[in-house]
Amino acid sequence: MVGGADKPKTIHPLFVRVTHWVNAFAIFVMVLSGWRIYNASPIFGFEFPKDFTLGGWLAGALAWHFAAMWLLALNGFAYLAYGLVSGHFRRSFLPISLRGAFDDVFLAMRGLLHHAPGRYNAAQRVSYIAVILAVIVAILSGLAIWKPVQLQTLTAALGGYEAARRVHFFAMAAIVAFLVVHIGLAVSVKGILAAMFTGRAEAPR
Amino acid sequence: MKPPRSKRLSAFRPQIARLERRLFLKQGLSLGALSLLSGCTLKDDDAVDRLLIALSRFNDKMQAALFDPSKLAPTYTEAEITTPFPFNAYYEEKDIPRIDGESYRLQLSGLIADKRPWSLSELRALPQSSQITRLVCVEGWSAIGNWRGVAFRHFLERIGADLTARYVGFKCADKYYSSIDMPSALHPQTLLALDFTDAKYGYPLRLRLPTKLGFKNPKFIGEIFVTNDYPGGYWEDKGYNWFSGS
Repeated sequence: MVGGADKPKTIHPLFVRVTHWVNAFAIFVMVLSGWRIYNASPIFGFEFPKDFTLGGWLAGALAWHFAAMWLLALNGFAYLAYGLVSGHFRRSFLPISLRGAFDDVFLAMRGLLHHAPGRYNAAQRVSYIAVILAVIVAILSGLAIWKPVQLQTLTAALGGYEAARRVHFFAMAAIVAFLVVHIGLAVSVKGILAAMFTGRAEAPR
Repeated sequence: MKPPRSKRLSAFRPQIARLERRLFLKQGLSLGALSLLSGCTLKDDDAVDRLLIALSRFNDKMQAALFDPSKLAPTYTEAEITTPFPFNAYYEEKDIPRIDGESYRLQLSGLIADKRPWSLSELRALPQSSQITRLVCVEGWSAIGNWRGVAFRHFLERIGADLTARYVGFKCADKYYSSIDMPSALHPQTLLALDFTDAKYGYPLRLRLPTKLGFKNPKFIGEIFVTNDYPGGYWEDKGYNWFSGS
């Protein structure tokens, strides 16, 4: 491109930025209302702290959950369609290397990983693909427990209603585990959070 | 204030008194909305409530569209029946209504040609069928049970109900009430159940439909009515999604 060396270049396309933040809002609502729904009949020996849940009580939480699911699904579909059609996935996610991802993680833990703005490193590639898959599993298992009669083939494929509830829980757990690392890095690595809003990397110095 | 975890079936109990006193939309949703949007200058938080209600109505329509009148719920074997079957109501087990079967009469009203009340022996004289299906509670838990009684479609035809009407409503002896859409009422597995594990699950008459969540299966039914005016329901009026199809 003809931009001067001091002109910041777009590293996050507008479509990716918009769907990222819409998704962030949808996931936030889905997880916190989901915790409240979980509390109505916990499958494991604990409950989520009430103050970290959304909806006030079960009906409120369900209303949020069944409203935000449309946002999550439609926005996610738009993101996947864009990623596939525009070449964004091909350019940003390929090649994938599990070995490379481990190497990057160890480098990062020793403070040696150089973050190149605008380019996903091997660990980012693997974790972004993993979290996209986790969201897809969450949506499918959510449909399976929402409609165990109308979508009984899907429910059966997940091992039945009770098994699908657990799949739904672990998909959530995977997403939350990703978020802990993702948000932790986003706020601690200098300069990258702003780029997710503006799309621009700081000019190299 | 926490419901006892081990008593998932009675998870509502400790909250009932509170729930009864407060309006779901005024407090439940608004608190959630405010905590969600606390960073914004949200002047009219009712807008969030209205949006959620509108989306719940939208979800009613989507579920009605998704509902396949000929798709049957999976059935199970007797060995798979959940024992003991969980008791769940908006009150405690000791407060169930005690109904005398001899003097009991099922009342009919609304868009029904023959509104003559029915005794239990008359209902038992109709063809009976049974089903072993999974009941899914809005709270998330599920249980497999066995129910026997009159196919609801057969009963509605027999009493000359207007099958083109939109709703079938139920008034119960425990002051519970609910309503379902006509296509679900006519589903082959929708049963006016006379026989079930124990009287506490709705003696002498309850609705059993595996195509909807548990709270859409009213117990201790005293009156059935057919109408085109949205009748709501006990939990539905507090904020649960009305269609609540499975």
